[in-house]
Amino acid sequence: MAPLTRPRRPRRESGIWRWVILLIAGVYFILPLATAQRFAGFSSFSSVFTQPGFGAALWLSAQLAIATTLITLAIMVPTTIYVHLRLPRLRRLLEGITILPIVFPPIVLILGVLQAAPPWLKSSQWLLGLEYVILAMPFAYRAIDAGLRAIDLKTLTEAASSLGAGWATTLWRVLLPNLGTALMSATILIVALVLGEFTMASLDLFVTFPVWIVQFDQLNAQMSVGASLFALYVTWVILMAITLAGTRQARRTGRGEVSLFTVTTSNTTVGES
Amino acid sequence: MTETTTVAAPGPVPGPGARPLPAARRRPSGRLRAAAPYAGVAPFAVYVVLGLVIPMIEVIRGAFQAPASGALTTSNVSTAVHGAYLSGFENSLLLSLICSVIPGILGFLIAYAIFTAKRASLLRQVVITMSGVFANFGGVPLAFLFVSSLGSSGLLTGWLSALGLNIYNMGFTLYTMSGVAVVYMYFQVPLMVLVILPALEGLRPSWREAAENLGARSWQYWRHVGGPVLAPSFLGCVLLLFGSAMSAYATAEALTSGTIALTSIQIGSFLNGNVLAGQENVGKALGVGMVVIIAVVMVLYALLQRRAAKWLR
Amino acid sequence: MEDILRATKAIVAAGAAIGAVLLAAGCSSSSSTASGSGSGSGSGSSSVSWATVTSAQAGGGMSALVAEAKKEGQLNVITLPSNWANYGNIMKAFTAKYGIKITDANPEGSSQDEINAINSEKGTSRAPDVVDVGTSFAVSGASEGLWAPYEVSTWSDIPASAKDASGDYYADYGGLVAIGYDSSKVKVAPTSFKSLLNPIYKNEIGINGNPTQAGAAFAAVYAAAIANGGSLSNIAPGVSYFKQLHQAGNFVPVTASASTVESGQTPILIWWDYLLASEVQAQDKNFKVVIPSDGTYAGYYDQAISKTAPDPAAARLWEEFLYSQEGQNLFLAGPARPIELPSLQAAGTVNKTALAALPAVPSNVSTTLPTTSQLSAAQTIVSQQWPSVTS
Repeated sequence: MAPLTRPRRPRRESGIWRWVILLIAGVYFILPLATAQRFAGFSSFSSVFTQPGFGAALWLSAQLAIATTLITLAIMVPTTIYVHLRLPRLRRLLEGITILPIVFPPIVLILGVLQAAPPWLKSSQWLLGLEYVILAMPFAYRAIDAGLRAIDLKTLTEAASSLGAGWATTLWRVLLPNLGTALMSATILIVALVLGEFTMASLDLFVTFPVWIVQFDQLNAQMSVGASLFALYVTWVILMAITLAGTRQARRTGRGEVSLFTVTTSNTTVGES
Repeated sequence: MTETTTVAAPGPVPGPGARPLPAARRRPSGRLRAAAPYAGVAPFAVYVVLGLVIPMIEVIRGAFQAPASGALTTSNVSTAVHGAYLSGFENSLLLSLICSVIPGILGFLIAYAIFTAKRASLLRQVVITMSGVFANFGGVPLAFLFVSSLGSSGLLTGWLSALGLNIYNMGFTLYTMSGVAVVYMYFQVPLMVLVILPALEGLRPSWREAAENLGARSWQYWRHVGGPVLAPSFLGCVLLLFGSAMSAYATAEALTSGTIALTSIQIGSFLNGNVLAGQENVGKALGVGMVVIIAVVMVLYALLQRRAAKWLR
Repeated sequence: MEDILRATKAIVAAGAAIGAVLLAAGCSSSSSTASGSGSGSGSGSSSVSWATVTSAQAGGGMSALVAEAKKEGQLNVITLPSNWANYGNIMKAFTAKYGIKITDANPEGSSQDEINAINSEKGTSRAPDVVDVGTSFAVSGASEGLWAPYEVSTWSDIPASAKDASGDYYADYGGLVAIGYDSSKVKVAPTSFKSLLNPIYKNEIGINGNPTQAGAAFAAVYAAAIANGGSLSNIAPGVSYFKQLHQAGNFVPVTASASTVESGQTPILIWWDYLLASEVQAQDKNFKVVIPSDGTYAGYYDQAISKTAPDPAAARLWEEFLYSQEGQNLFLAGPARPIELPSLQAAGTVNKTALAALPAVPSNVSTTLPTTSQLSAAQTIVSQQWPSVTS
């Protein structure tokens, strides 16, 4: 069999029903949006954009998003890989721990943290970033876990180490490139979370982007709806920029599906996971 | 044998350019060696303790304290399991179940529909980024979106009536559990799309081709190959959706103004409201209740996973 | 490159360890961080500790208060939307008069948010100095010892039932529950709670949120109770009224606001009269406000000064301003009902145009305020029974 350089698209066209599903989904998601946009009109956008504080709030949210993403991935990726490889019995425990932040209402978490945090940390915006990592954990873990189950983790790491790679090289040059989709999903979820999180930021009295947007609720109805839609579009643009940068990076450095993995692919048999 | 990994089979012989194998490391002795594997999760553990466990302890403590005096009491907990609060737990459980399984399936279908597209294709990127945006969209703006389109005087309702389909006469309303569930799909389905997509990479197209070559029909493929491979991830993602539905409250609050008892809304009333003062500890007791529910769900989930694993064999 | 990853892990671990140490240190010291920082906002030389002054007189007179407040230079307020009872103009006027910068945190927040902020930001310079909360919260805050007692110069003009005897909290402005409707969409004008049961109002009536959570919605239920045979000690008829309204198909459970009125979802809105005017009528010329003729409910908000305020003198000056003739008339322009309205009218210093703009109060409607025990009993009943409204 010819060596595969990319997973080929399934020959049989799931063609028609794929478009049917996407069409129905598209209608469900876009129609309410269009209705609200129709109500709000487009003139509100320029007034939102030029309101004082837009840049500062967006910048604060961007900083928090970057910091949260880096810290969350830096903690979750090695930990999840480690547990999958070395401590598989802890997997359930890890799942349980990472589901907790999502079940605890954010307001409860932030109140607890504010009670326990030292004053110097409380006056800094980074307390918020650290707490966002906790909020992001469930989503990051789930995406990374799904990605890890999809690759043949054991074989990859063994192959890498037998070729002489240290732990860090294995992670950086072998595993991460194969976790591309998982990392992308996780990043998108985390950035969108930070750009949309309101409760904790407002309780901590910091003016992040979503907190800043809420001020428009006080103005007329069209402005207030227009402002929330504006926030939605801004978030989407930022996420698109991230994905475009990510795929361009992958294409440029040649990191993608080409890796040790493909050498072993032709040796796997049906049903092995 | 080196300390780095346990190698089941010898790999290919390193070529001339490969780095030399790392020297064997000295083994730490006795108990330290038994604990050594756990060192890898130390950073995570420290973070979780600081950011999650300590606030949790505060909350659990508060749940058993009388608000003014700080004395130990079970009155908060007994309030939290009776009357409107018991209905709240029941409704939250039902709503979360519906709003995790159904969006789980729908999200999976959508993810499958796009995963077959090229990695860098515009369709995939647009769907992924829009999923990210919608997964975090909620609260008052989302309620407005649906009220203005599917409300009693909404745009879509009007169109459907013009076509002869008056959904409100047929008994549909946005302000009941089913209506709220329809709105919840808006952020639950995209969430599912994003978290299940990495798992789909585990479905090798070669398996599909091989199955077809062996004469398998589509459902047989799913029954014997696709299903078992994806089941653990699928269940895990549905669990995540369950938790997300349980804790969502701003949207349901904006839609129903508390006319449906939901635990998350009730917690909000105690901890974040303008009416009930000085009763935060009942809110904390409700929060503890949520954790208990999730713990029970986790047990069921673990049992389900074990079943699914048997399927794999 | 592998070193970067190893370094990252090490940094994270080290950071966590440092965090743990500091947390331990913080836990012991944060509880003892008193409001020593309160007088530390630049005024070391003053011999008066303004954090404990109970009146302008006791602190050395108004000029001393103004001087000290100007030295502090800033004021932290919280949850004050600019179009709520004219707070936007009030804050501008204060800053223009005294040159003190005002920071308004979390403008859309709730009363509980204010209490939370005081507790969690204690000892920092961002903590709120003054609060404007619902009465239940003023009372519960007093029992937690959060307020610094203070009597403004016009203390005697505040009715005895509207203030705490020891000066912990005092009512500032309030309003009545009113029915607002968009006359271009609602052809038959409603006049009372009873009239709202008319089937022509199908799917048109909303309230501003969850009565267990939103003060205005709670007030709407209370008003409905009073109009339907209930009283300040019996709110249950109010809940059954809304159940009736829902069964008639008139009640829309969505959280109504100016947006839902304008988009036609809830052309009729039961809300505070001053908010119907400032938030809805301001944008919709066809919107009319009427006080229901069969009964209504009056609700006043309360001012309080935080015991751990970082800017104690500015906080007290703010209170003096709010209760001055200028401040109270600014509330009136809200159009809210300032607490000292009777005295202003008697002294002839009231702004007559603003007074005339207030919705007329039907003669048979009484507006007594509930006692704290009546309030908490009503809140318990509502939180237990409200979910039955649509079932």
